[in-house]
Amino acid sequence: MCTMIVQQAAIDGSGKGTQGWFTVRQINVSYDHPYHVPLEHALNIDFVNEAEGPGARVAVELSVQSARHLVQTIRAVLARAEAGGYLEGAR
Amino acid sequence: MYHTNMYEGMLAETITMRGAKGDVINAYYARPLGPGPFPGMVAIHHAPGWDEWYREATRKFAHHGYAAISPNLYFRDGHGTPEDVGAKVRAAGGVPDDQAVGDVEGAMRYLRSLPYVNGKVGVFGTCSGGRHAFLVACRVKGFDAAVDCWGGRVVMSKEELTAKQPVAPIDYTKDLPCPLLGLFGAEDKSPSPEQVAQHEQELKKHGKTYEFHMYSQAGHGFFYYDRPAYRQEQAVDGWKKVFAFLEKHLRTSAK
Repeated sequence: MCTMIVQQAAIDGSGKGTQGWFTVRQINVSYDHPYHVPLEHALNIDFVNEAEGPGARVAVELSVQSARHLVQTIRAVLARAEAGGYLEGAR
Repeated sequence: MYHTNMYEGMLAETITMRGAKGDVINAYYARPLGPGPFPGMVAIHHAPGWDEWYREATRKFAHHGYAAISPNLYFRDGHGTPEDVGAKVRAAGGVPDDQAVGDVEGAMRYLRSLPYVNGKVGVFGTCSGGRHAFLVACRVKGFDAAVDCWGGRVVMSKEELTAKQPVAPIDYTKDLPCPLLGLFGAEDKSPSPEQVAQHEQELKKHGKTYEFHMYSQAGHGFFYYDRPAYRQEQAVDGWKKVFAFLEKHLRTSAK
């Protein structure tokens, strides 16, 4: 892509793609051209399992503001769960 | 120019060809029917992938009288929808420059092997394909014209260089052997107007033949009718400039 700003991380979880649920192993986060959202650049997150081929992908494309809201929201929810003692022993 | 009483026909299909390191990759190929001679064009797809727009662009070149080929630079990254494969390549930081250059060189050699090609071959690309078009024209002998449409990262800082893209294409400018057409949008961020000016300065410094056009009220990808970046007036004018440039430099048979 034209910015080439991208980072990967290994994760554990499941995602629901066009063929149903599958195990996700990696997230690919980029700030580059999106496919669908009408922006020149977007914060793109792909939840993928490369072992299952390029089609094993759950994609979201977010505006910068939306991406920041997502990060804040995830942090807030995890903080509440932690405060409630729900994260003890969680992976 | 097409007239309504003219015969017109076209063959368009997926083929296989030899790319970098002799690897077999697939490509989309379109040519006018008839004995020719036709100039050749390599159409290098953009970063979002080897997609429908590039099939259409390949047929557009054939419609205008060119034997045109669009190699799938993402062939080695697996198969799926163009978006899924493109997203995989995006996550990997793009394809290596050496590999892209080898694949495009292979497409050029494929065209040159055809009995009805007039001995002249051009290269066209948009976005990352525009960058690749300039890069391959500098690094490989055998192109007679190059069209770079808003290729980002022709100018690269040292921090942007990677193992896959180890040299900024602008550093190859002195080696450019053929005329270059560049189409850019004044509202683009990659390449920015400042980067385009820097590239133009380098072309001037080395006495290269080039035409650069900077369109106002246009950004990145203003040919893409399926994206909000589309700018009708600028796109129509841009395509006219592309074909005027190619007619001038490719239509005459090579001696």
